[in-house]
Amino acid sequence: MTMGRLPKNRLSFGDLMRTATVGLRIRKLRAALSAVGITIGIASIVGILGLSESSKSELLSRLERLGTNLLTVQPNVGFGRGSGNLPDEAANMIARIGPVEATSMISFVDGVSVYRTEHVPSGQTGGITVQAVDSQLLKVLAGSVADGTWLDDAKGSLPNVVLGSVAAERLGIREVSGVLPVRLGEETFIVVGILEQFELAPDLDRAALIGHTAAQDFLGHENPPSRVLVRVDPAQIDEVTTVLASTANPQFPEEVEVDRPTEALEAQEAADDTLTTLFVGLGAIALLVGGVGIANVMVISVLERRGEIGLRRALGATRRHIAVQFLGEALVLAALGGIGGIVLGISATAIYAQVKDWSILIPPLAILGGFGAALIIGGVAGLYPAMRASRLSPTEALRTT
Amino acid sequence: MTTLPKTESVLRVNDVHKEYPTDPPVHALQGVSFEVQAGELVSIVGPSGCGKSTLLHLMGTLDRPTSGEIEVAGHRISELSDGELSSIRTNHIGFVFQQFHLLSGMSALDNVADGLLYSGRPRKERRELAEIELSRVGMTHRKDQVATKLSGGELQRVATARAIIGGPAIVLADEPTGSLDTANSDAVVELIRELHEGGTTIVVITHNPEIADSFPRVISMRDGKVESDISTAVFS
Repeated sequence: MTMGRLPKNRLSFGDLMRTATVGLRIRKLRAALSAVGITIGIASIVGILGLSESSKSELLSRLERLGTNLLTVQPNVGFGRGSGNLPDEAANMIARIGPVEATSMISFVDGVSVYRTEHVPSGQTGGITVQAVDSQLLKVLAGSVADGTWLDDAKGSLPNVVLGSVAAERLGIREVSGVLPVRLGEETFIVVGILEQFELAPDLDRAALIGHTAAQDFLGHENPPSRVLVRVDPAQIDEVTTVLASTANPQFPEEVEVDRPTEALEAQEAADDTLTTLFVGLGAIALLVGGVGIANVMVISVLERRGEIGLRRALGATRRHIAVQFLGEALVLAALGGIGGIVLGISATAIYAQVKDWSILIPPLAILGGFGAALIIGGVAGLYPAMRASRLSPTEALRTT
Repeated sequence: MTTLPKTESVLRVNDVHKEYPTDPPVHALQGVSFEVQAGELVSIVGPSGCGKSTLLHLMGTLDRPTSGEIEVAGHRISELSDGELSSIRTNHIGFVFQQFHLLSGMSALDNVADGLLYSGRPRKERRELAEIELSRVGMTHRKDQVATKLSGGELQRVATARAIIGGPAIVLADEPTGSLDTANSDAVVELIRELHEGGTTIVVITHNPEIADSFPRVISMRDGKVESDISTAVFS
């Protein structure tokens, strides 16, 4: 008797997927546990990259708001250095540099402490400094008033004081209402405003700010410039930086220090990047361990399911069908773990960003890359078990029950 | 059986030897020859270790003989690749095992339909055919039960339905009653007889002479050789 040509055995994609998930459907808990490693790995990678990206965008928008073109000029205080003040003409000289857009001069009022009332013992200064400033300061520092008003030129010539946020807190003043006297040394000043935090000059948060004229008239202060704040044309920051010291103090330019406060924020971002790399590395290790976990479970599964493998061969499965089934199972496990990890990572980022009041930003590359990495790891993890399963001789597989 | 035996040979075993390369080598089969015609019901009986399981694996194309030739449905298996042997198993051979080998998480219907899983036929068609085969073994009422909820007798009925789906040239049953109690065992033997009467060619391997002798043709084996090949059909 003769038969026609034998038809080639086939397994459609739908059937393959059903076959590849049989083991997972029967042992759901084991499947879930074996995918946990991948989930943790992907979640940490997506979460960390998401957090880092969100915080970076937050920082960028902060820098945008604050402006990166602020420079501070102050004496280079240290051993054997000068008086701690800039020459009297420094501010005016600096203002004459072409690309300088605005300046503000601060003069530290030494030896004057701030008290809420005259009854406070003189030792309890609260660490509040007194700084004589001009009306430009608020604008130049991109600061804002929390309550009350700022010192304009008129207010700055009277015994008025505006408190930095920390100074106000230390004095127990939360809002400006009615006449609020405080003692500056022996004199009584009236609190007219409380400021928000200065992000670019945190030391001013602990200061009581008064006008130059008031400092001179009521505290006998000569107003030597202790710091000059400079806003510069952003395109020419470097050029201005190089000439600032010699302009401020032509005689001893080495006694002048020029800083860019936003550099600290940028440095902070660089430090964050290092941490991010570290955590992504840890996530990658978790991913690797997850892959080993999947490989382990798959090897056990192949041993346990010898009978099924034998049956499938008897039903007509080729070696390739068996290999693809187990490889598919490992890939499905890894993909499920990966999806779980992505969801977890995004949720963690979203919750953290919500708490921090940031905008949520998750780089699509982190999601795609994370998912791709999960699949690659699943594939590698499934390769060896799949080969073992496919090489199992059908008679041997059927013999074991 | 009173009908004349058909002349169409679905299985030809010709001087088959099987040697396992252990130390010392085991000669499991030593020159076995017989033929099975379409529509026959044959039992192969013998004590354990006589080589009948090896013979079943060779007939089922799950293994290749050391020497000699096996022909299934007109195909000489020595000439076929592994992929072609898989096709033979899907299209021409049905297996029934002592341990049933049903997939525990799946329904009776899907287990039966999986008999054609690798045939390339669409799932819908496989399930339709499975319904028909389940009704032939009297299991229609249990078709949606998962395998773990079925009794031993029911499992073997479902496994038998899986073996006959797609109308194989030959059904090979390896100790089909080996895991069953007497009542279920009798029921399965009865089912095999019914399928045979319906035209299915069946070879049953058993160590139970009582069951073997109840079939129209009995091949007895001992020490890897055919001891006797007695056909009672012509006398009955």
